[in-house]
Amino acid sequence: MIVMEDVYFSYPSGVEALREVNLKIEDGEFVAIMGQNGAGKTTLVKHINGLLKPTKGRVLIDGVETTKVSVAKLARKVGLVFQNPDHQLFSETVEEEISFALKNFGYDEKTIRERVDWALNLLDLKEYRKVSPFMLSGGERKRVALASVLAWNPKIVILDEPTIGQDHRQKERLRQFILQLNRQGKTVIIVTHDVEFVAECDPKIMLMRQGRIIAIGGAKEILTNENLVNQASVALPEIAKIFKGLEDFGFPRNVIDVYEAADVLYERLGG
Amino acid sequence: MSMFDGFKFRSVSSSIHQMDPRAKFVYVCVLFSVTVMFNNLIPLLILFLIQVPLVLMAKVQKEWVRSMKGSAMFAVIIFAMNLLSLYFYSGYETFGSVLERSLAMTLRFIVLIQTFSIFFLTTSPDMLGLALEQSRIPYELCFAFTTAVRFVPVLAEEAQTIMDAQKARGLELEGGNFLKRIRNYIPILIPLIVNAIRRSLELAETMESRAWGANKNRTNLYVLKMERKDVLLILISLLILAVSIYVSMYVQIPSIIQILTS
Repeated sequence: MIVMEDVYFSYPSGVEALREVNLKIEDGEFVAIMGQNGAGKTTLVKHINGLLKPTKGRVLIDGVETTKVSVAKLARKVGLVFQNPDHQLFSETVEEEISFALKNFGYDEKTIRERVDWALNLLDLKEYRKVSPFMLSGGERKRVALASVLAWNPKIVILDEPTIGQDHRQKERLRQFILQLNRQGKTVIIVTHDVEFVAECDPKIMLMRQGRIIAIGGAKEILTNENLVNQASVALPEIAKIFKGLEDFGFPRNVIDVYEAADVLYERLGG
Repeated sequence: MSMFDGFKFRSVSSSIHQMDPRAKFVYVCVLFSVTVMFNNLIPLLILFLIQVPLVLMAKVQKEWVRSMKGSAMFAVIIFAMNLLSLYFYSGYETFGSVLERSLAMTLRFIVLIQTFSIFFLTTSPDMLGLALEQSRIPYELCFAFTTAVRFVPVLAEEAQTIMDAQKARGLELEGGNFLKRIRNYIPILIPLIVNAIRRSLELAETMESRAWGANKNRTNLYVLKMERKDVLLILISLLILAVSIYVSMYVQIPSIIQILTS
């Protein structure tokens, strides 16, 4: 369980990036953190694995304060995949890249081999096993980065802007994949601007603005509240826009998902 | 990577900031050559101390202290390397003189950092480019130079992100023996270098698509002019150079050990 109590954070340059953040994320929850550029989303998730420590307040992971343990120790529980894969890839082969963290955590040879195979399979990277990560396309590099974190099977998985640079098919696969992780009982946190992606995933949403969390709630509740999403410079999903326009004809307003929209329309037109 | 903080331009208003970059450049060149000229502790100590008032005048003491702290680890490495190699492979008689020589080498590194840090903290990349251009250096070269300088803070920030990303994958930078510590930096240096190369290629492409170099006769909005204090700084620098050359050629520099024991 992730708990933040009255967390403030300022960068050494003096920029106050987090103010009065209070939140609780239970095990197995699926959360999307959204908000304008510079709202503090990445700063917030860096507090979860202890890369940043609060200037005021407390961050507790399973009851342990992040200031009391090293990042390496927290990382076993909290897998954070950075936005840009180029900030972490350095090995000669994809295989070595994925085993990097496993070696750091001191797994034995056999386990490392097993976990690498598992991760390569999971992200459809088997054919690139011996290929240099620098030779891969942007989307593939992103998957290697993801595999290199999932390999040690952390119970909390945080993805910073996972959909950037992914084509439609990869995005859909990513969505399936995230939902599957969540079904397996992992806590999944995504940081994203992609409102359509979130609308299709239907997670719990935390909306941020200027370092504060301004709303926490279900995707349907938040993403149909135009006033609220505007404040965080997030757009309504396309479907929500359509249903907002159809409100006068007695359509429900809380529809954000394409399939649900199709059902509602079908019922209306057929009935 | 707080060492790099000492090389980021700080826009403060001080008499040092307002000086002509060319004058400051002469000063840096002189200090650089003089620092490399000596390998005794006393002259290096003097070079270190005479620059402290400059730091205070430029009102950048906070950044300077940070860059000193950041370079502490490298300083320790330099000290240890010198101590070991001098102790085992040189004909120095006493441990005291080996110690003094190692300290001098470490101080030389610190003085170099200090000198360059004063220069870069007080000189904006734009001014630097302007100074180069007005020294009739081809614009292509000036541009390459200012771009390199301008990208230092970008690289520093990127290094921080890369460090975070690798720490998130369980990399522990502290701890372990000396060799392991150096190996620990491989996962940070490789992405940093690869990204820098990629970025430079991209930059070249985007600049060419914006017709860079189409016009041969460039003009500038600002024109640099030497003032009296700039001339004074150049004169002082040349004086330091002359004195140092004289001292290194004709004066037997005593070591601190000698002074203490005599």
